[in-house]
Amino acid sequence: MGKITLSQVRKSFGEVDVIPGIDLSIEDGEFVVFVGPSGCGKSTLLRLIAGLEDTTSGKIDIDGRDATLLPPAQRGLAMVFQSYALYPHMTVRKNIAFPLKMAGMSAAEQEAKVQHAAKILNLTNYLDRRPGQLSGGQRQRVAIGRAIVREPAAFLFDEPLSNLDAALRVTMRQEISELHQSLKTTMIYVTHDQVEAMTMADKIVVLNAGRVEQVGSPLDLYHSPRNLFVAGFIGSPKMNLITGPEAARHTCTTLGVRPEHIRVGDGPWQGVVGLSEHLGSDSFIKVEVDGIGTINVRAGGEIDVRHGDRIRLAPDMDKLHRFDAEGLALK
Amino acid sequence: MATQSSRSAARAMLSPTVILLLIWMIVPLAMTIWFSLQRYNLLYPDRTGFNDFGNYTRFVLSPAFGGAVVNTLILVIGVLVITVVLGILIALLIDQPIWGQGIVRILVISPFFIMPPVAALIWKNMFMNPTNGLFAEAAKVIGLSPYDFLGQAPLTSIILIVAWQWLPFATLILLTALQSLSSEELEAAEMDGANALKRFWYIMLPHLARAITVVVLIQTIFLLGIFGEILVTTNGGPGTSSTTLPYLIYKEALLDFDVGTAAAGGVVAVILANIVAFFLMRAIGKNLDA
Ligand SMILES: Nc1ncnc2c1ncn2[C@@H]1O[C@H](COP(=O)(O)OP(=O)(O)OP(=O)(O)O)[C@@H](O)[C@H]1O
Ligand SMILES: [Mg+2]
Repeated sequence: MGKITLSQVRKSFGEVDVIPGIDLSIEDGEFVVFVGPSGCGKSTLLRLIAGLEDTTSGKIDIDGRDATLLPPAQRGLAMVFQSYALYPHMTVRKNIAFPLKMAGMSAAEQEAKVQHAAKILNLTNYLDRRPGQLSGGQRQRVAIGRAIVREPAAFLFDEPLSNLDAALRVTMRQEISELHQSLKTTMIYVTHDQVEAMTMADKIVVLNAGRVEQVGSPLDLYHSPRNLFVAGFIGSPKMNLITGPEAARHTCTTLGVRPEHIRVGDGPWQGVVGLSEHLGSDSFIKVEVDGIGTINVRAGGEIDVRHGDRIRLAPDMDKLHRFDAEGLALK
Repeated sequence: MATQSSRSAARAMLSPTVILLLIWMIVPLAMTIWFSLQRYNLLYPDRTGFNDFGNYTRFVLSPAFGGAVVNTLILVIGVLVITVVLGILIALLIDQPIWGQGIVRILVISPFFIMPPVAALIWKNMFMNPTNGLFAEAAKVIGLSPYDFLGQAPLTSIILIVAWQWLPFATLILLTALQSLSSEELEAAEMDGANALKRFWYIMLPHLARAITVVVLIQTIFLLGIFGEILVTTNGGPGTSSTTLPYLIYKEALLDFDVGTAAAGGVVAVILANIVAFFLMRAIGKNLDA
């Protein structure tokens, strides 16, 4: 079981209100991703849930039990840190067994659990090494192993993949997703990587300056962002946000169009091609549209446009996003 | 990691220094060994010539020798234990975010700036003096009779004085080591269910192992030669109860004017120091490997 509920959780460091008050509910077995710009309070929120920081006010329930004042060890949560935080003087075996040893488990039981975790994580051959003798990905797996053996109510990950190279990040991302499939344990995952958020999450929580901007499934957020912040944050390349007369024509203050929802060809907008990046599968084109400004377009890989070409663009009228003066989405 | 050529370049660059240091070391050592084999007493300038190992047998068989070796070891070990244990505790304490941290840290390291004989004299006259020392006053206030520290427990008192002087060194090294411990490691241990005591034992202490080794090795080198504190406080006495090896050598050379025996004592002291170093490196040297 791993249902976590935050009610009116507030955290301030001295004068600074880092988290002004959050209500959030995380269901058992869910994979929840916290995303947001740097410094928005993702790590702080995770650490509040873990118990590594004290809440200034508010209540944290874990499995229906008030955990606000419980020390970290008694919350039944396991955390994987960005720096892995392995114990450098212990072998992989001892690292993974450490929480079991602290719980006073017998040596035989410890060994069985370590072997089991090592098998899941492909670490069996490395059990007698020290963390210093492992690659980044292997260290990451040890850190996850140390979390798994405790059979926690929920896993907390704080940007666990940010120290890995791009290729390894993709592999580890899939491994963590598969782990979630097989364990079915609640996972809370902090990242500022869009792709990680979109691919792994059951539910994404978009944070901005300590506030929850929107909670929803990845596709929810993509298709119907609640406000300008979420619209600009989710999706890559970023949504084009158009103000001025063009927005006024659609009776809104800001008009949002995703780059992938603009077709090159016959259409109402005309402009000059600026920078264009051809990736093979896709082409990202910057177009200086008359009377609107710079518009990013994502077109097919075969498109043949060059710097300085004059082209016409057709936005997909069904997929426009309209926002009012407060930045809230209009239906 | 270095390539062949950069390694030989490094060797060439280093050699002048190494050769100079070698000469600096070899010449006094050779002279000491030479003197130690001679009849060389300033009171009897007419007696000269080789004495073979006579000086050595005289020094080693003198009644004070065994006691001096034991006293030296007690002094070194006593000071090491006090400075390492208290050093760890103080380092833990001043690593906490406390009010006035900067001043506390300066206060903690200040004993190191005081010259050893001065510090020893202050301890002797202002604290441990049985008639007008502070400890005597304190004892009188709580109704006890004053204790004559340097008279009754000379070696223990000297250990206290020397430990007080070396505590800042140990504390400082251990504090920097403690500060290099990542807070995430401690937090991970906390989440893993380790309480403060277990975190100290399983995470902090292993992390401090290398720093403790450095403290022990460096302090041993200096503590084997402690002399000034003994000279100004007890003069090796009462009797020979606080005579250490360096003090015994001093006594041979400058009180008995026997340069030959003093030199032999010096060589014996060097040999003993090397034996200590050998066992020390066997015991804890592996902590220094990365
Ligand atoms: N111990 C602290 N004392 C004071 N301010 C803090 C402390 N820890 C964090 N903050 C502040 O709280 C805010 C949120 O920090 P937090 O680490 O949660 O950001 P984040 O969302 O995890 O950012 P990133 O993506 O860069 O990791 C920041 O503005 C930071 O300066
Ligand atoms: Mg963070």
